[in-house]
Formats: sequence, C-alpha cells, structure tokens
Amino acid sequence: MKYDVAIIGAGVTGSMIARELSMFDVRVCVIEAASDVAAGASRANSGIVHAGYDAKPGSLKAKFNVRGNAMMTQAAADLEVPFDNCGSLVVGFDEDDDASLAVLADHARQNGVDVELIGRERILKMEPMFSPEVRSALYAPTAGIICPFSLTIAAMENAAGNGVDVYFDSPVTAISRECDMYALSAGDRCINARYVINAAGMFADEVSRMAGAEKFEMRPRKGQYVIFDTAMPAKVRNVIFGAPSKKGKGVLFAPTVYGNMLAGPTAEDINDKEDKKTTRSGIGAVLAGASRYVPSIEARYAITTFAGLRSVPSTGDFIIGASRIVPNFINVAGIESPGLTSAPAIAEHIVGILQEIGLSDKRDENAVRTRKAIEVFSEATDERKKELIAMDSRYANVVCRCEYVTEAEIVQSINRPCGARTVDGVKFRTGAGMGRCHGGFCLPRVMDILARERGCDYDEVTKSGAGSYILSGKTKEVRS
Amino acid sequence: MRADVAVIGAGPAGLAAAIAAKENGAQNVVVIDRDSLTGGILRQCIHNGFGLHIFGEELTGPEYAARFAGQAQEAGITLMMETMVLAITEDRVITAVGKNVGMVTLQADAIVLAMGCRERSRGALMIPGQRPSGVLTAGTAQRFVNIEGYMPGKEVVILGSGDIGLIMARRMTLEGAHVKMVLELMPYSGGLTRNIVQCLNDFDIPLKLSHTVTAIHGDGRLDGVSVAEVDANLKPIADTEQYVACDTLLLSVGLIPENELSRGMGVAIDPATGGPSVDSNMQTSVAGVFACGNTLQVHDLVDFVTEEARRAGAAAAQYQPQTAKSVGAKVGEGLRYVVPQRLVRDGSDKALFFRVTDTHKNCVTKAVCGGKVIAKKKRVRCAPGEMETLTVKDSDITGDVTVSVEEA
Repeated sequence: MKYDVAIIGAGVTGSMIARELSMFDVRVCVIEAASDVAAGASRANSGIVHAGYDAKPGSLKAKFNVRGNAMMTQAAADLEVPFDNCGSLVVGFDEDDDASLAVLADHARQNGVDVELIGRERILKMEPMFSPEVRSALYAPTAGIICPFSLTIAAMENAAGNGVDVYFDSPVTAISRECDMYALSAGDRCINARYVINAAGMFADEVSRMAGAEKFEMRPRKGQYVIFDTAMPAKVRNVIFGAPSKKGKGVLFAPTVYGNMLAGPTAEDINDKEDKKTTRSGIGAVLAGASRYVPSIEARYAITTFAGLRSVPSTGDFIIGASRIVPNFINVAGIESPGLTSAPAIAEHIVGILQEIGLSDKRDENAVRTRKAIEVFSEATDERKKELIAMDSRYANVVCRCEYVTEAEIVQSINRPCGARTVDGVKFRTGAGMGRCHGGFCLPRVMDILARERGCDYDEVTKSGAGSYILSGKTKEVRS
Repeated sequence: MRADVAVIGAGPAGLAAAIAAKENGAQNVVVIDRDSLTGGILRQCIHNGFGLHIFGEELTGPEYAARFAGQAQEAGITLMMETMVLAITEDRVITAVGKNVGMVTLQADAIVLAMGCRERSRGALMIPGQRPSGVLTAGTAQRFVNIEGYMPGKEVVILGSGDIGLIMARRMTLEGAHVKMVLELMPYSGGLTRNIVQCLNDFDIPLKLSHTVTAIHGDGRLDGVSVAEVDANLKPIADTEQYVACDTLLLSVGLIPENELSRGMGVAIDPATGGPSVDSNMQTSVAGVFACGNTLQVHDLVDFVTEEARRAGAAAAQYQPQTAKSVGAKVGEGLRYVVPQRLVRDGSDKALFFRVTDTHKNCVTKAVCGGKVIAKKKRVRCAPGEMETLTVKDSDITGDVTVSVEEA
C-alpha cells in the first residue's frame, strides 16, 4: 500500500488534516491504533471553541487558536456539525481576580481578540442563575461550543468520501525509511508513504522517536468531567471559566450543543498515558468548582462522568512543523487546549508545509468540502417524518426509545464512509444509547443491526473494539 | 384513525386495561406497542411465581402474559404492534410511527398510559473508574440470556438487591456462571423476601448488606470492581475496600417509571413515585388520560399490576368529564408515597397502595380521616421493598385521608 501522505492518528487534528488533504489529487491514508476516530483527547474534552485571549501572545497556540476560531463557523457549516457561538465569561470573585482578568484582556488585545470587561450587574443579567458573589468578568462574544467527536467523525467522513483510506486497530510500532519512502508497521500491515504526519496525540512523542525525529515528551494531564441531565434547572448560556489564580484556572461550566450542562475538567498530572479513571475526589472537586459559579447545581442531575487526557508537551507550546532531523516528517504534537479550536487552522497550515516541501498542489476535481449529517428523525417536522418513512421504512422503526433514534439512522451510521463498527461507534454517530437509560433498552437491538450490516456474528459485536466484548458466548446450543 | 380507548403499551398492564375497557363497554379499543409481540417485560421473565393472586397458581412470565394476550384477541382488541408513540396531545391525539403503518395519528376518547418502567443505569450512580464493557443492567442481561440466548459473562458481581438482580443471580448461576456476591447499599434488601430465599440462599450466593461498588476497573472488558462497606450515611468506609475480580457487573439499583410521553402532554408527576399523580379511578391530571402498572408506580407483583390496570381500563371506558368531588390521600409518618393521590367520592371502596421508608417489625399501617382511624392492618414485618395496601370505605371519607405506619 503506497501513499503520498500517511497521517498517524485519527483525532480531530489528524481528521481535519486528512480532510484538507483530500481536496488535492494525492493518495492519503490515516492510521489509527483504536477502533474508531476520536478515541483519545478528541472524545473526552470540554468541546469549547476558544476566543483566543488565553494563549500567550506570539505562541503557536495563540496563532492557531485565533485563526481556528475564525474558520470554525464555516467548517461546522460545511460539515453539518452542531456549533453554537454562545460566548464565554471568565469570572472573578475578588481583587486578585480583577488583576488576572486585566492580564487576559491585554493578551486579547495583543492576539486581536474582541473582549469586554464587565461588572456584576451585567453578568447577572446575562446569567441569572449565577452566584451573586461574582464581581467581574471578561466577556468574549466569539467563544462557542461544538461537539468535538461529531466534528472529528464528520471531518473523517468527508475525507473518506473523497477517497482517503482509514486503517483502524493499527498501532504504528516501527517506522523505517528506504528509497525516499517511509515504511510504517501498523498492526498487521505495512504502509508506505512519501510524507508522514505525526498526529498521534498522547503517543506523538513515541512516534517521533520511532522515526528518528525530534525528541520531546507528551505528559498526560487528566481531566474529569460531569454531564448533567437537560432537566437540571441550573443552567448558563455562556461558557463560564474561573479567573486564573495561584490555585489554577478552576473548572469550567458550560452548555453542550445537546442542551446538557457540562462541568470540568480537573487538571491532574499523571504518569500513565491510558489512565482514564474517574475518581470520587475528582468528581467531587468538579461539582464543588462549578457550584461556585452556579450554586443551584445539584449532583443528583448528573447523568454521566468521564475522564480525558490532554497531551501536555514538554516544550510548553504546540509542536507543529517539519522535522529538522529527518525529511518529509511533520510533527503535529502537544495539541492540548486550544487544540480543538485550532484544528481547522492547523490543517490548513500543514497542507501549506507539505506543498512547500514538494507535495502536489493539483486539486482533485471530484473532491467536496461538504458532508451531509445523518438526518435526525426526531428533529424533523411531521411532514418531513412522513417523507422520510416513505423513502425508507426503517425510519419508522425507533430503536433507541430515549433519543428516538431510528433503524434508518443507525444503518446509515454504519454504512457511511468510515462508518460505525462498534456499539460506541453507533452511539457517538447517532445518539443511540446516550439517553437516560444509557442503552439498557437499545443495546441488544443495536448489536443486532451491527451484526447484520457488518456481516458478523451477534456475539462478535464489541462495545469499542478489540477486548471490549459484550457477550461471552451462547447459553446452550439448543437454540438454533 | 380514532378509538374509544387507546392503550399505550401491550405489557401486562396495557393488556389488562384494554380487556377491562372492552368489558366495560368500549367498542373500539386499540393497544399500541413498539415490540413485535405482546407481553412487555414478562416475555423475558421466564421464572415462575406470577399469578398466585389472580389465577391461584404459579405461572411463568410468558404464561401469565399469554393468558391476557388470548383474552385480548378473543375480545376483538386491535393491536398495533411495532409501533412507537412519539407524542400525545392534551386533547388525546396520538402520533405514532411503525413499519407497518408509517406515520399515523389517532384520536382517542380516553387513553390509558401503560408504558412500564426502565432500570436505573450506571450513569445515575456515578460509580468512579473506567468504562469497560461488561457493566450492564440486570434487565438487559436477562434479555441477553432469556431472549437472545447469549451469556453476558462468567464471573459476576451484582450491585443492588432489587428483584431483577436477585432473579438474575439465580439465572446466571443456572446457566453456569459464577455469581460471587450481591451487594446492597442499604442495610436491608430492596427485593422480595421470597426472592432472597429462592435465588440467593438456595444457591449459597452471599448478600452483602451495607456494601457498594466504589470503582470499576478494566480497559476493554471489565476485570474487577472495588467493593467497600458503607457507614450509616451510606459513605464508603475506606479501610474496608477490597478488590473483587469479575468480568460482569450487573446493576439492579432501582426502576424508574417511564413517563416521557406523560410529561410531554402535561400530566402532573408525583416526585415520590416518579409516576403520574392519579385519582382512585387511575385518572391523571389530564382529563380522560389514565395510568396503571409500572408507569404509575413500580410494583413488586404483576398480580397487583393487573388489578390496577383493570380499574384504569374500566374507568377509561366509562370516562365522562368529571363532576364528583375528590379528597387527597396524604403521605403520613413513615411512608414514601401513597397511590392513588386523590380519592373520588363516587361511592366505591378505595384501595390504597403505599411503601414505607424503612423496615419495621410488629407495626400497624393505618388510614386516618378527620381524626378517625378508618382502616388499619397489623404487620409483622414491613419493608420498603414490599408494597403495602389498605382499603377504605367511601362512606368513611369526610376529608383528606392520611396513611401512616407506626410501631404497634
């Protein structure tokens, strides 16, 4: 298998780069260790589109954040991903906080970001549920929220639709170079490529070393989150951050594009790159932190908790650029916050680098920049529902009773380019199993559809890929 | 389309309500259910113990359901199977979709809500740790084993001593799995005594009261759980924590009445039951809309579901905009809830169903009206896991009735 470009990692960065490259007449593949896209930090993060006042002026983070924020509206529209330009507030409770807000306002000015310092009265008007203890805030109208895994899925679907090959369950274990080509050992395959993009997230340090490129380290920082039921009365409209202080930045409290509220993350420096355990103390800290902004938050409305790992680079900034040690190898590493926001801008930049070092810039006439989302039956008008059922009777079979996801939507999520291969894959593409019963009702039915569409046995269907089997075997062999 | 009585759900409640509606004069009775077969959750309850009150014999779940399915067919009730109700309006227009019918609307003179309940899931418990496969509700496991014919795992820990968890402890054991223990957060079980005896004791499965799961471990698949004893405030005691290797964690930690449709049409919900607030004819706060079965309150015995559903079905068939006065049925000392929440002064005796908040020995349950005890029952033992009943005479009701439990 010979490619012009091999991208290692199917997170939001790798997927957006794949999408951008798919516009050109070049052969591209994506190699992913896990069983689906967005398996690492792109799945479990805050889902914030940052305005760009937080990053240090002059840093790569600042540059790509500001440009990425400007690009996100178009990217979300092209990819039909839910995006809400809701704005953000960094809130302060005392004089020290005022000082740190002033620093952020200065960063904003230097980074060219539109912000406003506002007082208590205006904050409480914008956010009626807010604690009256609040004193001041930095308001950034260009901040927003997006669904991070939907963006990643959409970008990769777009790329795959344009002809990009995606290999899952293929961890890269060795990289060698012969005759101007890289040879990548990935799972049980060998993939050859002229150019390699290292977007391996938490493992980007290991991939860079494998290629003999730059030495740096990815340090895992755990973030725990709580998601609340849409029924919780305690809500905010803007993304709420705490003013940075000696004690750290505090947690954020924000709406999601699905109408839930989200609180988190903790910031725990750990050693294990796979430790995504939530802890009682971590979740407690998240609840306490968010309650400082909105005191009426109630733990009983929590519907789920999760933890994600940011890959914190030892250099202190994004590591983006062609290796100076080995040819045609580009690192895109240490993409911690504001990485999600920066992804469209990073993708654009990487394509530029590749074309500078010799990749063809001939456009692919057939490539498209748009991707149609799966039409959500439950959100359609009654007229449209009738049309959908007339087109495909599987729209009349509601499989997930909590989120009203139909068989037609689930089948589409499986059969699309780079479609769902696991129960979690279906969940993240359609919402089936994300509702209040957490898949208790639809799990056996989703497994049935997956087995049928993928042509595998019922008990071969997994939750999230190798090792995550759901059934241990048949009860008796009397059932035939 | 139109119907005299439309019933949402073809489980035991829905079928009994539909049959009662027909017997009480409704001509055109329609039952709507999303499954392809009637019987609801009873289809996967293949153990016996159903029907002792109604039929005087022990039936399995499918047998119990089949008796009502047969009666429904004979009575000429219209079944709309594989049809999911999306919404109901306050003036009783039902919108549903189904493979066979496409999208339909149905105007009903009266509606009986009988959607059953769902299980509380891991999310609501916020158990810390990882998110491997192998963690599922007892009811989902029951479906895998009894309907699909597959085992969800081999080394099993069960959290929660609700009846489905107890039944599945036995079921998994009979299928060759090793059930290591059943953990219950409270100092008493949430299930029926007979299930503890027949499903745990008879199989030497330990029931650990005042214990919970404090962490879930495993990358792809579950490989163990941390278990700890809890203190009087139900907080885990750190130095009692131990690791238990297992590949399956079944959750049996409570049932929640399914009421999205009810809420959507503006039916008032009693926060104590999680189901609609109803009067003694099972009528909800929305005129012409009735509720019964686990949609209304979570039951222990299907026989009680049947009785409740018959009342709801009969009342739905005879529904007329109401004029009779009603009084409140109030939650007194020691009770979690009382159903029905309102008593209609229509001359008939009223059955009151309620649950206590704590375990009691040698106690008295009683209904008091205007300072006078109008019904009481001596109980050797009362527990939150077993529903209690009292019947009051309409003629004794002069105002609100308060139900309570006290030591004898």
